[in-house]
Amino acid sequence: MDVVKSFFETPSPARYTGIGSWLLTTDHKRIGLMYLAAILFWFLLAVLIGGLIRFELMFPGETLLSAKLYNSAFTLHGVIMIFLFIIPALPAVFGNFFLPIQIGTDDVFFPKLNLLSWYLYMLGGVIAILSLFSDGFPDTGWTFYVPFSISTNTNVSTAVFAAFVLGFASMLTGLNFITTIHRMRHPKMGWMQMPLFAWSLYATSWVQLLATPIVSITLVLVMVERYFNVGLFDPAKGGDPILYQHLFWMYSHPAVYIMILPGMGVISEIIPVFARKSIFGYKAIVVSSMAIAVAGSLVWAHHMYTSGMSDTAVFVFSLLTFVVAIPSAIKVFSWVATLYKGAIEMSPPLFLSLCFIYLFSVGGLTGLVVGAAGTDIHVHDTHFVVSHFHFTMFGGTGFAFFAALHYWWPKMFGRMYNFKRAYIASVLVTGGFVFHYVPMFILGLQGMPRRYYDYLPQYANGNFLAGFGALFMIVGIFMMMANLLVSFRKERDALADPWGGVTLEWMTPSPPPLHNFVIEPVVLDYPYDFSGVIEKFAKKPKGV
Amino acid sequence: MISQVNDPGKTDEAGKKLGMWLFLYTEIILFGGLFVLYAVYLTRYPNEFIEGGKELSRMFGVINTVILLISSFAVAAAITAVQKGQRKIALWAIGGALGCGGIFLVNKYFEWGHKIALGIYPNSDRLLDGPDGQNMFFGLYYVITGLHGLHIVIGMTFLAVSFGFVLAGQVTAKRFALLENAGLYWHLVDLIWIFVFPLFYLII
Repeated sequence: MDVVKSFFETPSPARYTGIGSWLLTTDHKRIGLMYLAAILFWFLLAVLIGGLIRFELMFPGETLLSAKLYNSAFTLHGVIMIFLFIIPALPAVFGNFFLPIQIGTDDVFFPKLNLLSWYLYMLGGVIAILSLFSDGFPDTGWTFYVPFSISTNTNVSTAVFAAFVLGFASMLTGLNFITTIHRMRHPKMGWMQMPLFAWSLYATSWVQLLATPIVSITLVLVMVERYFNVGLFDPAKGGDPILYQHLFWMYSHPAVYIMILPGMGVISEIIPVFARKSIFGYKAIVVSSMAIAVAGSLVWAHHMYTSGMSDTAVFVFSLLTFVVAIPSAIKVFSWVATLYKGAIEMSPPLFLSLCFIYLFSVGGLTGLVVGAAGTDIHVHDTHFVVSHFHFTMFGGTGFAFFAALHYWWPKMFGRMYNFKRAYIASVLVTGGFVFHYVPMFILGLQGMPRRYYDYLPQYANGNFLAGFGALFMIVGIFMMMANLLVSFRKERDALADPWGGVTLEWMTPSPPPLHNFVIEPVVLDYPYDFSGVIEKFAKKPKGV
Repeated sequence: MISQVNDPGKTDEAGKKLGMWLFLYTEIILFGGLFVLYAVYLTRYPNEFIEGGKELSRMFGVINTVILLISSFAVAAAITAVQKGQRKIALWAIGGALGCGGIFLVNKYFEWGHKIALGIYPNSDRLLDGPDGQNMFFGLYYVITGLHGLHIVIGMTFLAVSFGFVLAGQVTAKRFALLENAGLYWHLVDLIWIFVFPLFYLII
């Protein structure tokens, strides 16, 4: 469809061909796609492990997994999902691919560092796998709490080292993006002309940069304790185990905003495009992204209400937790207000975005239940918490990832997928999701603790139902991925702008050429001005 | 936008420095986690920390501080020399800084060796039988100075690489971001020591 060669046909640096043109590339688009391949592998693996956990719990007693294997399974599920999927998913795949294009430049600021980050990411994954085959995967849960993580015989050191390496990869990506946004924006693009996805990556990158070193040092300390027994967290030697939890959550709570902020950015891109209407409250969304980055760094101890902190600390952190809900709510209101009176064009990305808004809102509101010190004492460490963070992390970030895949798939690969199958898969995933996690809210309120492989008879019904939901969800996920992959059987058919977007990535062919743009892109004074699009699409027949 | 990066004639030195500064933030926060532990245990065991501070050799601490300050000066001098095109002076200065780093590590080796000979090391009987605060003080002493020592080694590696590039003529008066960034890293390592020194040696 176009005479311009895409980046698939032009390796960079040009001297490499074949597999080398991918493994040694410094092209941000190829690196983004290499992340995509690795991340999808880990995601589907962790989905299956999660399924195993759920099917074990479907019936009382030992069915699929032994207790020990169950402990390793939920640790593995958590470690993979957190460190290998959710944290890197949106920034490393779509950030890498689209950040430079959205700000009108040809690559990230440090292309070689970008490739190094990918290798660190892969290395982290390989180390995590290795720990499986040495002394057995850790059974500590992904939080590696002391004293158990220091005394257990499983291979905690290797897994912790894997997380350390992955943290490094994430930090370097953040560093790269901040420098790119500061130094390489199109000369005509001011801060307030930047697309919201780029803004959300900017906020995310700061959190990655400022929070990750804390978890690095914490994980190093776990290794130091295991090898040298210094006793920094051991009460018998004068240490304090609560301090470990503080250090851990000083990173790991901000990390949930690393996970969700880029997801919010994706939704802020998709909603206005399909509402054919300028985003409501552009500045409010920008400011709330930055506010989340700041306020989100000050709420870590709300994971520790029952750990034995002072009442003052519990009160202060509970208050701050409520404060951080405000900017998230601003975004939800802005999205809904954008849809109001828009000329809505339904499409799979929009459908998934709508599911996101619903699921994320449920996750956010139940977050207030666990954020309030009083109610948290009741539901702490129960299935309620499990359900809450799956609503935000999976219903939020996971669905934003699906939406981004469907939104940018034609741009990345130049191929459009089958809409009907995409809708069916999305309905299966969303329906399965609700049937999977809503029973867990009830189980949690009834008192079923998390991380137990067996339960009392009164919890049998809820667990049985949740298992059914999981089945639908998993089938839906695999169907969704298969539908996307099937599009490779077609010729490249996607238009440069199949949706009617106005950000710069839609002003270049699909897939983009090596240097991203064929002609100098035009930066709009206001990044979500759809007047041109409405005119253009009014002349054309509906649909793509 | 045709190529800001791949255009060899135009490199963004300020951008490279920005990236390095961002990286330095992460290093400060890495040590920040340990300083948090230090602060908590200091308030919990003030007397044992003072006793512990008396056991450390202040002489060693002062010498090492002076050595690092000299090395930082040498690195700064090397950058100025490169900017002025005086390659030989720059090489001597980097070499001097590397030498200072080496002396620092040797001092550290003797200092640690002395402590270990006295039976003060992680999980040693003397520390386990002593008061809790003493164990925390020396535990943090080993962890923080150990991590700092590791950063000295990393910083020396950066300096050695820059030395090679200056020697090969790759770092010039127009293109010196590599050396400057190695220098920034070295200053950071120095700076962290400036905080570590009073926390352990001068706390009385």
